[in-house]
Amino acid sequence: MKLSTKKKIYQGIAFNLFRLMSGILVVVLISILSFIVVRGIGVISWDFITKMPEDGMTKGGIYPAIIGTLCLVAGSMLFAFPVGVLSGIYIHEFVKDNWFKRFVKLMTNNLAGVPSIVFGLFGMSLFVNTLGFGDSIIAGSLTLGLLALPVIIRTTEESLKSIDNVFREGSYALGATKIQTIRRVVLPLAMPNIITGFILSIGRVSGETAPILFTVAAYFLPKLPSSIFDQVMALPYHLYVLSTSGTDMEASRNMAYGTALVLIIIVLLLNLIANFTRSYLSKKVKH
Amino acid sequence: MKKIFEKVIEGILMLSGTVTTLTVLLIIFFLFKEGIGLFGKSPTEEGFTVAVNRENPVNELSTDQIKNIFDQNIHNWNEVGGNNDSIILFRMDDLFNYYTEEELAGIDTNMNLLTSKIDEVIDKNKGIIAFISSKEIPQNPNSKLIHIKAIGLGSFFGGKEWFPTAQPVAQFGVYPLLMGTLWVSLLAILIALPFGLATAVYMAEIASPGVRSVLKPVIELLAGIPSVVYGFFGLIVVVPLVQQIFALPVGETGLTGSIILAIMALPTIITVAEDAIRGTPRSVKEASLALGASQWQTIYRITIPYASSGITAAVILGIGRAIGETMAVLMVTGNAAVVPHSILEPMRTIPATIAAELGEAAKGSLHYDALFALGCILFIITMIVNLTVQMISGKRTRNKLR
Repeated sequence: MKLSTKKKIYQGIAFNLFRLMSGILVVVLISILSFIVVRGIGVISWDFITKMPEDGMTKGGIYPAIIGTLCLVAGSMLFAFPVGVLSGIYIHEFVKDNWFKRFVKLMTNNLAGVPSIVFGLFGMSLFVNTLGFGDSIIAGSLTLGLLALPVIIRTTEESLKSIDNVFREGSYALGATKIQTIRRVVLPLAMPNIITGFILSIGRVSGETAPILFTVAAYFLPKLPSSIFDQVMALPYHLYVLSTSGTDMEASRNMAYGTALVLIIIVLLLNLIANFTRSYLSKKVKH
Repeated sequence: MKKIFEKVIEGILMLSGTVTTLTVLLIIFFLFKEGIGLFGKSPTEEGFTVAVNRENPVNELSTDQIKNIFDQNIHNWNEVGGNNDSIILFRMDDLFNYYTEEELAGIDTNMNLLTSKIDEVIDKNKGIIAFISSKEIPQNPNSKLIHIKAIGLGSFFGGKEWFPTAQPVAQFGVYPLLMGTLWVSLLAILIALPFGLATAVYMAEIASPGVRSVLKPVIELLAGIPSVVYGFFGLIVVVPLVQQIFALPVGETGLTGSIILAIMALPTIITVAEDAIRGTPRSVKEASLALGASQWQTIYRITIPYASSGITAAVILGIGRAIGETMAVLMVTGNAAVVPHSILEPMRTIPATIAAELGEAAKGSLHYDALFALGCILFIITMIVNLTVQMISGKRTRNKLR
């Protein structure tokens, strides 16, 4: 009896400690978010998101940075989404479980672990210098696309894995070819999870700074891009510039809070949308 | 017709399947192509050379020796193996100390006059060491060129000074950057580990579904916040905090970077560790409970040891993530390229160095190559981290099957 009370006390201490430490995590997140929301909410206005920066980036808005980030997200996803999904399909549906599959998986995992600044170096060396794109949307988009590839491939693979073989065999039994089966049966079932991965990788791409430092980002460029060979401003780089090397740091502090809040809102929204599509689309598929 | 169509689609699929492999190979090729360019080259700026008097017995100097000579830490030639002559420094501008303006009239246009005068100065002064453009050496010089030891792997990894644009010789010593990176990221993991493991265990074994449904999005959001936002938060909140608590002259220290990195590495650690803990078979846990062990005893005697390889993988992945993180670290660690003695000093990491300096380095210059060489180091470190993790998790699945 005595022993079991002792056990209970230990268990109580341990569990409460774990609860406390997990609670601290929540507190940290809330304090980061609330800090930026409280300071940034007053800055955000219609003008802030639709006007050019003025007076050495201490006044005006962040319109070109928003447009720049949109361009980069669109460009990188145009490249990474189809390639990533096709790659995931190939690895999961076509390759047999042999050394080749293990090798390709290993390479995908390795690519996922490569630091973003290395992508920046690589993008600069290949796209900017060797292929001669210069600092441009296309160079930045391709660099960001390569960075997002492993995430999309992995989520595609995971969602294909979760589909029961019964569906595939049922389709084959009706005389469908492999490609038909994938297109008509497997992909529609896997789509909710693939879309979720896609949305989350948009979040990642829109927040990355290191890969665009030397491939596309402009310090200050108060006009909109006219072609894919133009430089653009981008939200994360703009925040970096405002908080470390602005012309007048005190005066541009408010703009920095606003930019950080816009970035946070984008990430929050994308997470929400991802969770929503996951539950909505998977319900739809079941019916 | 249909068959051809399907073959084409299969071909496209196969091409996409190899894209990551191709990218990794391309990264290796381009990184190392530029990075290797650093080695075997003289550390002086291109087109410049170091010359001495012909009778000076010194033929070769190392980068450190030249730097110390021009910084006037070495005053006599006998300190570097020469005669007992005091060292006279000579740069282009010093020519006007040796000649009057009349003697140098028209020197801006007359290249021959310039080279002959420089040659004359070097000839007349036994202890001189001149840092001049190689164009300013005449055909039959009275001076002697000093051979500067080329940049090698030894001086790259062992060098304690990182002055990539210093004159007359640039110094590319990675040691302080490597140490900075390791200090900052290892401390970050030490901070993150207790929180990460506690949360992982809590989420996998203890928390009710309701609590889990709160914690999971919290962790997803922590993972989703961009690194510049972490850097910004660190700069405005954590930096002054660290400065006040430890009464430091500046708050941008290695510790500040570690705290921010710890928060950033947490989601990785938690997700991977939680997966590993969940992987413990129910039967094993139930056997322990049936023997009268409490839930807590089962967790730390059975579940955690069973999941230990997965937890190790989580920790290593977290370290890898911390080592490669760029922007947040760049913004809060102070970026002093010196060998760290205490975690409360400003430090500089490898990724931060690349991000801060690549914009200023001219393409093809030594500095540019050196930054790519840093990228190679980073790439190799993360490769090792990834392969280790794969090995550990590969072993785990094999053990489970047995």
